[in-house]
Amino acid sequence: MSEAKLRDVAKVIRSKNAGPYQLTFDIIFNSKEDLEKVKRGKSLTPGLVANLYGFSEDKVLGIHFYPPADAIKITVLREVSSGGVNDTDVYGAQQHAPLLDAKVKLA
Amino acid sequence: MGEIRLLAPTAILGYGFPIESFKKAMDLKPHLIGIDAGSIDPGPYYLGKGKSFTDRTAVKRDLEIILEAAVNEDIPVLIGTAGGSGAKEHVDWNEEIIKEIAHENDLSFRMARIDADFSKDFVMTKQNAKEITPLTGVSSLTREDIENTNRIVGQMGIEPFQKALVEGARVILAGRAYDPVCFAAKPISEGFDPGLSLHLGKILECAAIAAKPGSGRDCMFGILKDDHFTLFPLGNERSCTPDSVAAHSLYEKSDPFHLHGPGGELDLTETKYEQVDEKTVKVSGTKFVEKPYAIKLEGAKLVGYRSISIAGTRDPVMIDNIEDIIQKVKDSVYDNFGKTEGTLNFRLYGYNGVMGALEPSPNKGHEIGIIIEAVSKTQELANTVLSFARSTMLHIGYEGRLSTAGNLAFPYSPSDIEAGEVYEFSIHHLIENIDPVKTFPIKIEDIGGK
Repeated sequence: MSEAKLRDVAKVIRSKNAGPYQLTFDIIFNSKEDLEKVKRGKSLTPGLVANLYGFSEDKVLGIHFYPPADAIKITVLREVSSGGVNDTDVYGAQQHAPLLDAKVKLA
Repeated sequence: MGEIRLLAPTAILGYGFPIESFKKAMDLKPHLIGIDAGSIDPGPYYLGKGKSFTDRTAVKRDLEIILEAAVNEDIPVLIGTAGGSGAKEHVDWNEEIIKEIAHENDLSFRMARIDADFSKDFVMTKQNAKEITPLTGVSSLTREDIENTNRIVGQMGIEPFQKALVEGARVILAGRAYDPVCFAAKPISEGFDPGLSLHLGKILECAAIAAKPGSGRDCMFGILKDDHFTLFPLGNERSCTPDSVAAHSLYEKSDPFHLHGPGGELDLTETKYEQVDEKTVKVSGTKFVEKPYAIKLEGAKLVGYRSISIAGTRDPVMIDNIEDIIQKVKDSVYDNFGKTEGTLNFRLYGYNGVMGALEPSPNKGHEIGIIIEAVSKTQELANTVLSFARSTMLHIGYEGRLSTAGNLAFPYSPSDIEAGEVYEFSIHHLIENIDPVKTFPIKIEDIGGK
């Protein structure tokens, strides 16, 4: 089993609102093999995401593997609803950066 | 059954499209032009205020080209979520633009206007009947939420569009609508598979964003048959690929396999994406699974008025002490005006301005951009609080300070900017036991008419 940073195995790492109360992250891999390796590595878990962002695991609503797009989708609850008084990112489009250097196991 | 050809000129009415792409698309004889005109993404302000986030001149430019071509060729034009948020004021705004275009270009057509507003009384009645449920991450609706909400709209499904088509409308201008329905309503009426029709609509509503390279301001074309659909972009430099289309199918959604809409969900677990030629992708296998009929409600409430001041600091001693300084400024403002006068907020760009509480590496740069923001119950009070906070921060003393002339660099004079009303989303709930058609009033009108 080896380890890699997500940015080294993915071609797209993006964040966006999924409605005003959820943020969703799409990680699209360079190849089907890379997606499968990450899936078998089993390290991309709600715990890993919660650690990266410093919130509790119950905020992670789902981690879905989506082979047709060689993609993983992660959906989390927003801290503040989109455009709320203390929100920092109305579109949720700049919340992806911590994922770039996240280390995942490849198997 | 044959085929039905659908054209999406642009991702949002007013985003534009190249004339060349549009002409090429019209040469392919579309049966329908669909335009999604709105989104909840720009935040709660536009729904709350009743204003469009798209520009009038840009919307008129797009619509003028589309309507002139469509009316001449007798192709129906279906517009969803008019005016950006799809409340009455937004539909009024868009209707006026359409009438202006018809008048200036001597166009005549039958138009249907479909409104999507929900009255507070109606929502209250449904709430009391326990027919309103919160969506994920949202609290249960209270009487106070409903009373404080400025505008409530519901996402209509295909049914009101289908009724307007039966009544002979050639231009349909609808308020808040589920994004794919301006494309899917007609094919489903004609017997095409609802799963494929809605999935194609879901991709087309973003026009060429699902192509490579993606763009919201270029045309996309979809051809629906009985067991699959194909789609391709019109711009020469763009192509659809199986992964560009598959990746788009999950865009902005919380779950890539199940996409919820009025009356059911799209099931993408068996969906197949195949390359047909250089630019074209074939999609099959998507299913529509019926569910009890529900409509998504959206509402926004006024929470105050905002004033901001934009500044920066380049002083390393100040940057080291920035949290203490902000706390001192806050204490000083609250001491002077009391803590009940609204929110005072400091956004520190170059530190944690983009991610706020989620920032895992709050490294301070050699300079920090600072937005001082006050939100209060009146604009005057917000101005007062901001002005006091700004002047306090400019001159406040701090540990180790050498630069005693002023702490902040202001790029603008005046330094204080009135940003106006602040809204927040207050309703994001499902309403059940609802008539898919009667809930959304349809008004038919013959425009022009020589």
